[in-house]
This record gives sequence, C-alpha cells and structure tokens, in this order.
Amino acid sequence: MDISLAPNILTNIYGFPITNTFVWTIFLSLVLVGFFGVMRLFWSVVPGRAQSVVELLIGGGFSFVESVIGDYEKAKKAFPLVMTFFIFILLANLFTFMPGQGAISIKTEGGSVSLFRAVMSDYGMVFALTMITVITVQVIAIIVNGPLGYLGKFINFKSPLSFILGVMDIIVEFAKILSLSFRLFGNIFAGEVLGGVMLFLMPFVVPTAFLFLGVLSAVIQAFVFSVLTLVFISQASEKIN
Amino acid sequence: MDPVVFQQLAAGLAIGIGAVGSAIGEGYIAGKALEAIGRNPEASDKITPLMFVTMAIAESTAIYALVISLIILFG
Repeated sequence: MDISLAPNILTNIYGFPITNTFVWTIFLSLVLVGFFGVMRLFWSVVPGRAQSVVELLIGGGFSFVESVIGDYEKAKKAFPLVMTFFIFILLANLFTFMPGQGAISIKTEGGSVSLFRAVMSDYGMVFALTMITVITVQVIAIIVNGPLGYLGKFINFKSPLSFILGVMDIIVEFAKILSLSFRLFGNIFAGEVLGGVMLFLMPFVVPTAFLFLGVLSAVIQAFVFSVLTLVFISQASEKIN
Repeated sequence: MDPVVFQQLAAGLAIGIGAVGSAIGEGYIAGKALEAIGRNPEASDKITPLMFVTMAIAESTAIYALVISLIILFG
C-alpha cells in the first residue's frame, strides 16, 4: 500500500506543483458554481422539484444558524460563510464515494498517480479553511470590542490570576487552529486509510460496513466544522465585559 | 533493536492509549442520549443530531492520536 500524508503531485506548471487534490478542488468548485448558477438562471416564483430541494436546504440552514446565533441580523451576516463551508465540505467528502473515481490514474515521473483524492485529506486545504474561520473570528472580535478592548482580554495586570487567564486565552486562540483542522483532516484521512487497510485484509463484504461509517463521518464532520465556525463567530460577536 | 520496531511500537501505543479516553466519553454520551430518549421519546429527533455532534467532538482527541500515529508511520 502506498499511503502518503502529502497529496501526490501530478505535474508542474512553471514550477508550481499541481496536486491531485488541487484538481479535485477546482472540479468541485466548478460543479458547485455551475449548479447554483443554473439554479439562479431558472429561478421562478413557483418552485420546481430541484428548486424546492435547494430552498429547503438553504431555508433549513438559515433557521438553524438563526437559532444558534440568536439574532436575525447577525445570522444574515454569518450565514453565507457557514453554509458555504457546509456545502463545500459535504460535497468534497461525499464525492469520494463516487464509484470508479479511485481507478483513474495517470503516469508521471514518480510512477502512476491517482487523478483524484479526497480533498479534505490534504492538510493544506483544511488548514486554509481553518485559517479563514480563525481570521474571520479575530476580525469580528476586533470590530465588536475595538482594538484596545480586545487586547485587554489577553493582557491585563489587575491581578496575577487575571494575567495568567489572559495568557491562557492566547493559547486557546492558537489551539483553535489545531483542533479545528486536525478534526476534519484526521477523520477524512483516517477514513481513507481504514478503507484501504480493510480492502487489503478482506476484499469482500466487510469494507461495505466501513463505507457506511465513512458516509456517516463525512456528513457529520462537514456539519461539525461549520457549526464550530458558527459557534466561534457567535462567541466573538458578543461584547467582552 | 531496529529503529523501525520502535517506530511501529510508538504508533501503536499512540493510538491505543489515545483512544481510551474518547471511547469512554462516547459511550457516556450515547448512554445519556438513550436515557433521555427513553424518558421523552418525542424529543428523539432533536437529541439524535446533537448526540452525533457531541460524539464527533469527543472523538477528536482520539483523532489527534490517530493523526500522530499516522505521521509516525507514514510521515
């Protein structure tokens, strides 16, 4: 078995490596943009079958966001980011169960390389998504509290205890990056490795159970990532007292 | 001894010990959720998704251990 943490490089364009997860990401983005673009073109007051499904998804997502954040105006601002994360991660995770995509491979200098690979098993991709969340949260907190007010949460000399708590808060902010990104990356990468190992040990019937587990964790991890983003945003949008 | 032996031993120990805590936690969450559903069966639609989310969060420490052991093995 060839298992590598880093995504496989398909080709180099002017020294810029094109990996298989990059190809997959571009493909999925085009699918999403194309689908919603076409939906937008044929948007009508009386919804058809596909439009009803999209409306149900978006409407349900919005009411969930509103119930967590507790305010209509805030929910309107947070909803696009959270929902985009959810749809993109869900699609990226579920498309790995499309039959046959793992069989397509192309020849490169480093041997034959699979053309597609689960997007979220590339730590760079997950890290980029996490950084979007973390930076958004920091920006919101600074806008809500003002730069000095926000800095006062971390550095204050009122008492030794509050100084230590402030230092702990700094560590918490950095730990968010690790916990958020490792959770998604670890689940998806481990799912891929587990599937490979099970196929190796017992090629028939048994891997199906793990596929089911994989579908479950694909949906749940997309949900958890976007819900945690939402919770961090709603925490940051409240004033520190 | 061969360093590879220690590498494999370390990977096995990392995930083996790391999985204990979250296994206990997940069992506790599932037990409590079933208890709540048993007490109030109408609320099962609300409890089940919450149970899965909290389980995924409890699982994350085991996933960190798994990532560490995979890095030891393949990194």
